[in-house]
Amino acid sequence: MKPESRNRLVAIVALGLAASALGFIAWGNLGENLVYYWSPSQLLAQGEKAIGPTIRLGGMVQAGSIQWNAGKTHLDFKVADGKEADAKAVQVSSDEIPPQMFRENIGVVVEGTYDKDAVFHTTRLMVNHSNEYRPPKAGESQKDWQKSLLEEQPQANK
Amino acid sequence: MPNWLANALLILPAGLLIAICFKRDLIEIGWKVMAVQAAIMLPVAAYLGLVWAPPEREMGDVYRIIYAHVPQVWMALLGVTLNFGCSLAYLMKKSWTADALAEASAEVGLYFGIVGVTLGAIWGKPTWGVYWTWDPRLTSAAVMLIYYTGYLAMRRFTENPDTRATWSAALGTFGIVIPVTVYFSVVWMKSLHQVQSTPKTVDPQMVFALRWAACAFLCLLITFTYQRYKVARAALAREVAPPEALSGPPPSSNDVAKVAV
Repeated sequence: MKPESRNRLVAIVALGLAASALGFIAWGNLGENLVYYWSPSQLLAQGEKAIGPTIRLGGMVQAGSIQWNAGKTHLDFKVADGKEADAKAVQVSSDEIPPQMFRENIGVVVEGTYDKDAVFHTTRLMVNHSNEYRPPKAGESQKDWQKSLLEEQPQANK
Repeated sequence: MPNWLANALLILPAGLLIAICFKRDLIEIGWKVMAVQAAIMLPVAAYLGLVWAPPEREMGDVYRIIYAHVPQVWMALLGVTLNFGCSLAYLMKKSWTADALAEASAEVGLYFGIVGVTLGAIWGKPTWGVYWTWDPRLTSAAVMLIYYTGYLAMRRFTENPDTRATWSAALGTFGIVIPVTVYFSVVWMKSLHQVQSTPKTVDPQMVFALRWAACAFLCLLITFTYQRYKVARAALAREVAPPEALSGPPPSSNDVAKVAV
């Protein structure tokens, strides 16, 4: 085979492999076998199978569910499918220090184990940020931005 | 700040690239223009991002790392995509220009990728609470860094220029899977990393500062890639030159065109 035609063959094979790999990643149902986290409803649907192994659970911190103990060393809250009050939720128990942005109605991913008493014990608490970037609201000075967010989540200060 | 100004900044690099396609000699002036534009725009980008742009409502000042993280990851994706174009071009029409440019773009893309991912990890700690997690976006970005490190290592270990060019072009062509997966990972799969922002989800002042920074890093990408291309070209000239050329002093990169094309 001439080097030119060999090179073209290499190009066609490489492009073909690339196209099939991309097709597999995009539409190959990878999402079902290889998920980064389960939503609360997916976790609850697993039933007994979810108890024991280390897994990740992702969702939204349910409004009104944040409970600190007196010494602020232990944190209980609920991770829900969405913002609605009747959304399916899982009780989470954490001894971790949550990231600064942790509050009600913010996305979180927790890593840990689910036990038979239907409590998720997390050893790693992560908060995810949305794709929105906004300056502080009118009237909020740069220093007050943390304070105004705390006022929106009175339960966190119990 | 009007967005047309941010868009107008792109006219210089884009216009130069088009002009160079028609008149090759312009590249020697062109890369200097790009270097100067980068040198002027980068300090201004730092000012716009660190001082001029407002703080973010939830993240405060921490978010300002966006003006370095996002443009550099964009440049990494652009670099490896250019590597794909050059790799395919080499396989279609054996050209040492394409091979040298493929080597340059992979290395520069990898450089921006390493810096961009590191900045992302630094940003992750205060906002997510972790430096690293194996979510689809971060995992695919890690695969990208490993893949192009391997690509460059393979180039170093292959001594025959023809074999090296062909096999690295095959790797570079298949490699397009990676930047596409990195970009769409947050759309296709559940990730901790947020999906792409659009001008609608970002404050206009922040959009302007981000566009400015992206343009500054684009000029830097062009400057780096061209410099690295000249190095690759000179190395090729030494390898591909006929034996009689080796008895004299090593050929300069300007001789390559005569010898190799």
